[in-house]
Amino acid sequence: MTTLRTLCRPFLALSAVAAALLASPAQAQELTGTLKKIKDTGTISLGHRESSIPFSYYDDKQQVVGYSHELMLKVVDAVKAELKLQSLNIKLMPVTSSNRITLVQNGSVDIECGSTTNNAERQKQVGFSNTIFIIGTRLMTRKTSGIQDFADLAGKNVVTTAGTTSERLLRRMNEEKQMKMNIISAKDHGESFLTLETGRAVAFMMDDALLYGEMAKAKRASDWVVVGTPQSFEAYGCMMRKDDPAFKKVVDAALARAMTSGEAEKIYARWFQQPIPPKGLNLGFPLSEAMQQIYKAPNDKAFE
Amino acid sequence: MAYNWNWGVFLQVTPTGGEESYLDWMAYGFKMTVGLSLSAWVLALLFGAVIGVLRTVPNRWLAGFATAWVEIFRNIPLLVQLFLWYFVLPELLPPTLGDAFKQSHPVFQQFFASMLCLALFTSARVAEQVRSGIESLPRGQKNAGLAMGFTLPQTYRFVLLPMAFRIVVPPLTSEFLNIFKNSAVCSTIGLLELAAQGRQLVDYTAQPYESFIAVTLAYLVINVVVMAGMRWLEARVRIPGFIGGK
Amino acid sequence: MYEFDWTSIPGALPFLWQGMLVSLKITAVAVVFGIAWGTVLAMMRLSSLRPLAWFAAGYVNLFRAVPLVMVLLWFFLIVPQLLERLLGLPPGADVRLASAMTGFALFEAAYYSEIIRAGIQSVSKGQMAAASALGMTYGQAMRLVVLPQAFRNMVPLLLTQGIILFQDTSLVYVSALADFFGAAYKVGDRDGRLVELLLFAGAVYFVICFAASQLVRRYQKKLKTA
Repeated sequence: MTTLRTLCRPFLALSAVAAALLASPAQAQELTGTLKKIKDTGTISLGHRESSIPFSYYDDKQQVVGYSHELMLKVVDAVKAELKLQSLNIKLMPVTSSNRITLVQNGSVDIECGSTTNNAERQKQVGFSNTIFIIGTRLMTRKTSGIQDFADLAGKNVVTTAGTTSERLLRRMNEEKQMKMNIISAKDHGESFLTLETGRAVAFMMDDALLYGEMAKAKRASDWVVVGTPQSFEAYGCMMRKDDPAFKKVVDAALARAMTSGEAEKIYARWFQQPIPPKGLNLGFPLSEAMQQIYKAPNDKAFE
Repeated sequence: MAYNWNWGVFLQVTPTGGEESYLDWMAYGFKMTVGLSLSAWVLALLFGAVIGVLRTVPNRWLAGFATAWVEIFRNIPLLVQLFLWYFVLPELLPPTLGDAFKQSHPVFQQFFASMLCLALFTSARVAEQVRSGIESLPRGQKNAGLAMGFTLPQTYRFVLLPMAFRIVVPPLTSEFLNIFKNSAVCSTIGLLELAAQGRQLVDYTAQPYESFIAVTLAYLVINVVVMAGMRWLEARVRIPGFIGGK
Repeated sequence: MYEFDWTSIPGALPFLWQGMLVSLKITAVAVVFGIAWGTVLAMMRLSSLRPLAWFAAGYVNLFRAVPLVMVLLWFFLIVPQLLERLLGLPPGADVRLASAMTGFALFEAAYYSEIIRAGIQSVSKGQMAAASALGMTYGQAMRLVVLPQAFRNMVPLLLTQGIILFQDTSLVYVSALADFFGAAYKVGDRDGRLVELLLFAGAVYFVICFAASQLVRRYQKKLKTA
């Protein structure tokens, strides 16, 4: 199977190039898919999260803010320029981990930049842009809990957010290592953290950057700590409808421009290394090696 | 819309390790819905009967307590009540008790809060039916009971309630159906009943239509079975000459 | 003991009020369209045309057998496509609000139609016979004689159903739409003050629904004595 796939790869790459070459002149003449929809309605529908701090969330004035959201607005500018539109209405649509894929598929949302992992399974359902962030899945726990790593979770209540890759990893780990954890799947990250904070769970497994983000909401941020060996590294991308190369091209180009021009790094600094709403906490999350690579050479590769 | 139907999805093995298929998830959800609804229903009948009786007694305090019970559980949305039981109550309990609850098995916590919530919510409605059942009896029955030398509790026990409980069976059918439907609300606190499994299946397989159709059909089946059962019961307890007696 | 901190509520009042408006909007639309469509369904159900009666019976039984949560999820799933296809998507319109309204209206219509059917049947058959004897058509008799009397009897029940509907609007929570409850939850989540906000929301719902049901009760008494 592997050998077959390896053999096929050059051909697939070739045919993709050929398809792109064939497709691009046609697009110049006639808009299709999402771009056409945006042009016809004069509206772009953006999917955002409500509590994915610091990627996409509501600040204390109920405005959507965050790292991914700013990048998404860069994309909106590029779409507007591409379609040569005087004005473009922006419709904001909050999505959750559980409904985001459906909403992209059924046309409620044109693009979603939040904290969505790009993986092979999801690629069957939706398209992904260039990677906008790379995370590791780890644990948040109370400093006094004594939990150092995943092995310490055996027999304990552990919370994670429903519909995320962490949920699958955790369930699989529980099954394979017979850890007898009680896994709570909360509706969103806010509820997961609430579950942790109120003592219903001893640890919260999630993408490390989001865990730091949840700390920003805590009553006392200093009570909490992020621990554990990352169980996976994941690439966040913006989600779009599948098989819409024209739209993807515009999105990818806009993101690549922001990254190679140094703009993205400034946005990064604003959300990860400076005080952010709602409580003015500084996450102090340094730019990782992997992220620097992405900024240098933007790509849309998934990790799985 | 380009939608790829795939009914075979239910037979696929879930990606969480182990050998469960998505059909097993659905079956688990179905059992959870039925188990939750039935246990909440038993409690609701119990509380509802007591509160309904108390609403008709001459004692002002008892009747007042029962009225407050009914009004509170009827005038707050079910979802809000559920969140109050699940999120708020453990914080207001004495810390040792609250912590003990919060550190128990999550499924127990979710099930317990859901059951309590559904039971109390439904009990207010059952109580109203019981009260109107008692009030629909001719006043002479109560007087006759008292004149025979029965105490008030005895009159209730031997004269009024046996009649009232048979009268309220038909109107309770719809409450019984409602408790199954209302149990879907409990998916919001993470209890993996039927509706929650349906949504989970959408997350994992991105096949929303198959999943929602299956869940909807399951509720229809529950509905049909409950209706048939209650119709049989109604025929058994029918009192000639009274409402529904024909 | 838990330390209450109510300070996040005053600042959040405008946002909560926006949420309340959403709840009220959904309620109003669902009551109006639900009663209208419910009346049609009730008349279909009582009609002598078999297919119409069957359709109405099927519709009502289907909607009454499925939990509202499922109905809302269904509508959240399919309405965006329908709107796009049938109407052409109006730019800037909140599809979730539209789908919630559609879902509630169609769902409540099934319940309203049962109330209305009972109301129509409670008007004695002689009325209908008398109207036809006067030379009225079926439609005229319904509109001028039967329905006005039926509605007068039904008003308290219809209003009570409206109160239940208002409570049920909190379930739009499943579609992340910020109704009053959704708004309260979001503020509580954001400020880490969920306990206070949930208690506050419960109290607000109770005051509104209790007051409304007392008004209905008073009206019902007046109706009886009149």
